[in-house]
Amino acid sequence: MAEAATIQVDIVSAEGEIYSGPALEVIAPASQGELGIHPRHAPLLTLLKAGEVRVKSPDGEEHFFFVGGGALEVQPRKITVLADTALRARDLDEAAAVAAKQRAEEALRDRGSKITQAEALAELARAAAQLKMLERLRKLRG
Amino acid sequence: MPGTKEIRTKIASVKSTQKITKAMQMVATSKMRRAQERMRLARPYALKMRNVIGHLTQAQVRHPFLEPREPKAVGIIMISTDRGLAGGLNANVFKQTLLLTREWQGKGAQVSLCLIGTKGLNFFRRLDLPIMANVTGLGDRPHINDLIGTVKVMLDAYREGKLDRLFLVNAQFVNTMTQKPDVQQLLPVEPMDTEGLQEHWDYIYEPEAEAILDGLLMRYIESQVYRGAVENVASEMAARMIAMGAASDNAGKLIGELQLIYNKARQAAITKELSEIVGGAAAV
Repeated sequence: MAEAATIQVDIVSAEGEIYSGPALEVIAPASQGELGIHPRHAPLLTLLKAGEVRVKSPDGEEHFFFVGGGALEVQPRKITVLADTALRARDLDEAAAVAAKQRAEEALRDRGSKITQAEALAELARAAAQLKMLERLRKLRG
Repeated sequence: MPGTKEIRTKIASVKSTQKITKAMQMVATSKMRRAQERMRLARPYALKMRNVIGHLTQAQVRHPFLEPREPKAVGIIMISTDRGLAGGLNANVFKQTLLLTREWQGKGAQVSLCLIGTKGLNFFRRLDLPIMANVTGLGDRPHINDLIGTVKVMLDAYREGKLDRLFLVNAQFVNTMTQKPDVQQLLPVEPMDTEGLQEHWDYIYEPEAEAILDGLLMRYIESQVYRGAVENVASEMAARMIAMGAASDNAGKLIGELQLIYNKARQAAITKELSEIVGGAAAV
């Protein structure tokens, strides 16, 4: 029997590489439904929903990876899964955004004495000058 | 022996300070290595993302994140550390942000901030600039989950036309000795050079291209902010390592000087006592 055709699979997330290697078939949870991809699939780009990506490697083993969502890119000889590490949904994201806004508002409410930008720059310049002086002192003392 | 006791206490106190700074230096060194590793791990995702977006932009898909607009309002996401004792790291980032703010205000644009990290919040909340979102306490291992909400506030503002530009300012990790503030334009996404892309094929899109591009661009920006946060941690640890190393050296020098003073004082006391005894014996 001739060598079975394989396709290169890379699964990466923002926080690290998850899997890289050849595969006979990849099954992924696309946003429109489960999707099975064999080598020489037509170029395809789709979003993934939360679920598991199954990779059948040439040695007959099957690998399972959980993804919280993400994107799937298929090129004739290569499959790239851009996986989310986070479980995300529109309302979850929305809640996180609202929380971030609230934190900012709270921080602004007790913002003590206001200073102007010029004063802030002057304060920074002073700090920088102090650092420089310390450096010089250290050199002097050798 | 008057005075020597004070010197001894001083030496003991400097020694205990030195122990702390040495420990902090070692902790920072190991944390820096781990942060560098995470920086390396985040790279393939961003690269692959860039490739895919590069393909997409060639396929003539339009999206507000890709179209430059007249800059009337500018957003700046600034990443700072949560804790101090990191040399001039934060001060440099603040200065860069203030300069950027001034530059855009000079061009007549409104500037709003999004602050990541306690130090930045404490500094900028005294300024008269609107803060749209903030997140603190990311720790030494920032997670993308903690950033999603904060970034979304800025992206939504951009979508609604409340912002026309979005920048990211963070400390760039050049090497262990050098960290410098870095400004990167996040939105509109600058055209990506897609090398080795001569093939003229288009994808099958599921669902339509716009929805995919939207999801991808959002994740791309988030991953950039995540990268900035991780890089900032690496810079923080490197800066702290150097600062604490210098502090330990200085403490060592101080101990040396104090020891010398102490020895002199001790010797002076002994000499004095001896001469008193000799003087007393001669008088008898």
